Amino acid sequence: MTRFLLTRLTSLILTLLAASVVIFLVVEVVPGDVASVMLGLNAEPEAVAALREELGLNAPAHVRYLTWVSGLFTGDFGQSHTYRVPVSELIADRLWVSLPLAIYALALSTFIAIPVGLIAATRAGKATDTGIMGLTQLGIAVPNFWFAMFLVLIFAINLRWFPSGGFPGWDEGLWQGIIALTLPAIALAVQQASIMARVTRSATLETLGQDYIRTARAKGLSQRQTVIRHAMRNALIPVLTILGLQFSFLLAGAIIIENVFFLPGLGRLIFQAITQNDLIVVKSVVMLLVFAIVTVNFLVDVAYAAVDPRLRRRA
Amino acid sequence: MFNHLKISVCALALLSAPAFAQQTSITIGMALEPPNLDPTGGAAAAIDEVVYANVMEGLTRFGPDGSVNAALAASWDISEDGTVYTFSLRDGVTFHDGTTMDAEDVKFSLDRARAEDSTNAQKALFAGIADVTVVDPLTVQVTLSEPNGNFLFNMAWGDAVIVAPESAADMATNPVGTGPFQFSEWVQGDRVEIVAYDGYWGDKPALSEATFKFISDATAAFAAMMAGDVDAFPNFPAPETLAQLDADPRFNVIVGSTEGETILSTNNANVSDVRVRKAIAHAINRQDIIDGAMFGYGTPIGTHFAPHNPDYMDLTGNSAYDPDLSRQILADAGITDLKLRLALPPPTYARRGGEIIAAQLREVGIETAITNVEWAQWIESVFRGKDFDLTIVSHTEPMDIGIYARPDYYFQYDRPEFQDLNATLEVTADPAQRSTLLAEMQQIIADDYVNGYLFQLAKTGVANANIVGLWENSPTQANDLTGVSWTQ
Repeated sequence: MTRFLLTRLTSLILTLLAASVVIFLVVEVVPGDVASVMLGLNAEPEAVAALREELGLNAPAHVRYLTWVSGLFTGDFGQSHTYRVPVSELIADRLWVSLPLAIYALALSTFIAIPVGLIAATRAGKATDTGIMGLTQLGIAVPNFWFAMFLVLIFAINLRWFPSGGFPGWDEGLWQGIIALTLPAIALAVQQASIMARVTRSATLETLGQDYIRTARAKGLSQRQTVIRHAMRNALIPVLTILGLQFSFLLAGAIIIENVFFLPGLGRLIFQAITQNDLIVVKSVVMLLVFAIVTVNFLVDVAYAAVDPRLRRRA
Repeated sequence: MFNHLKISVCALALLSAPAFAQQTSITIGMALEPPNLDPTGGAAAAIDEVVYANVMEGLTRFGPDGSVNAALAASWDISEDGTVYTFSLRDGVTFHDGTTMDAEDVKFSLDRARAEDSTNAQKALFAGIADVTVVDPLTVQVTLSEPNGNFLFNMAWGDAVIVAPESAADMATNPVGTGPFQFSEWVQGDRVEIVAYDGYWGDKPALSEATFKFISDATAAFAAMMAGDVDAFPNFPAPETLAQLDADPRFNVIVGSTEGETILSTNNANVSDVRVRKAIAHAINRQDIIDGAMFGYGTPIGTHFAPHNPDYMDLTGNSAYDPDLSRQILADAGITDLKLRLALPPPTYARRGGEIIAAQLREVGIETAITNVEWAQWIESVFRGKDFDLTIVSHTEPMDIGIYARPDYYFQYDRPEFQDLNATLEVTADPAQRSTLLAEMQQIIADDYVNGYLFQLAKTGVANANIVGLWENSPTQANDLTGVSWTQ
């Protein structure tokens, strides 16, 4: 087990290093200069030069790379060129929107998907199942930004139950924050829930065909008890895999939803930073997302190994 | 007894309920968030849209009609030869941190803006200043190296606001000025809040607080307006919905003009033949572009000058839409197989307008290769590198016809007669003489077909019908809230 963990950890570190080089190089070749963007069309060349010097853009590439990477280790991500505040501060603020949103959406989709998937599996082939499968098909097909606008139209413009977007900040109270994140979380959750419900259904159907289920039923357990005690537990393994994938997706992939609801999250931060050529922010946020995804994968690997001893030996 | 109790409860409820007080807070929508809040260290229009006239003030300031009015300078004397400006500052002006604003601060601000290591985006505004002298705490003398008819105008820009040495370094995140509102909070990515400053020297604004909320998505902006989350959106990013908002009695649609001359900018070094430029000009149907790209908002222009300016000359006839004439000019010049590169920056006027222009040019036999570029890339390759044939851009600085006198400016127009006129204009203060000079200058660049002059960018805004006092036009990019109030 120790050897398995060590090999996994080494590959994790190598992946992160490789990612940092790739991110740095890609950002290096992006055309455009942040100082020119900030000072605009009428700027005198010497003013641009003065700003470049002030921002530390004149150092050679390898020096900037090393400064950046060593900074990442100590939590010093550098200073945003355009906002003029530490990048770590920017990221921390945005994480307080993106992370709760991802968790909220994931919780919603799980609470909807698993019962719905189980019901569909136990009524396989009947009208309920067909209806649920049809709805989940629709949930996958409808683009989430369109669904988001639909939600705004009904719940923000017509009914006025929720704000049309924006985020007041957690300082304004937990409840205000939850209200602000509700419509975006629903918009994000519908697609994820549809996928997860379908996976739950097929996984449950598969386990329901197993011998031990027949044995359980033969012992005299009711259908309901069998599903909850035996089938569901085993069916949850593929569902957990999907859950891990979805969390990474929700954290990194909410850019469009964040734009529709003008939420100050990580996705919008990257988007704004790219348009303003604030590349130090782009580099650090992308690196952070890579770190998050690689770490989630690492944890999933470790969890599998803990569950399935065969994997440990193979590594 | 019970009834008695009920009555007193009712009375209590009535007393404690707000007595339909006049609303004094406002939420303003903006499409772009300012990258920082220092108008003396960045060109982004969004900076001025938050702080100009609200938080920061200069010696002079722009009024809603573009006139230059007194601000921190109560009055001024100009020497006979036009090179020495003596400003009398207002008494009792304090910065938001409580310190007094005096001549030393003015000297500091102007010297800082023109210093060698200055990062002021409009450093050229201060280039003519030779010396700034403090005469006494309320008098400051600015000496110019030569007369400059635009000096008071230049001092009204957001880039020329007065800052204090104690707070200048932190302006990017904590702007400290002398305006009627002081900076309160910036939740990055979401909003900036400002509140009325009790120690303001002038008339107190009707509003007690204002929030600028940043919504870049057009659909989201529309939704925020409809849901009442935003009270006014002075530069509304969804012009396609204006008709619908206009029909709604809850809203007022405010259509005005900006200082943005939108032009088909032409690299005069690459497209050096005036006949080609003339053919391009006559191939363009301005109304089609305004209708197709701007939903009908915009005023056609025939030269590089704002139509609302009293000195504007309507020269659109000079380059009227006439594709036959265009083809004729090209045929006479023996030009065939003309292929030009067209670089399009992100704004709608460029991206949508570019497609329309490409189609119009194809009609007369000019092929274009379109490249979409981001702003950073546009500034680097088109603006600084001058590596382009055609591009579309709105020049939003006020009174910027002087750019045609700079042969190294990106469209590389080099005409000594024009440069002489501009040099004369710069040292002329007499309004009548200035008008004559400006007319001549407009005519020259129209006759030379330097660029394709398309339209003046409109300012299209939406506001709650109960709000009055918002600027209709934008003589400078600002959301001046000093005169804004609710009618109920």
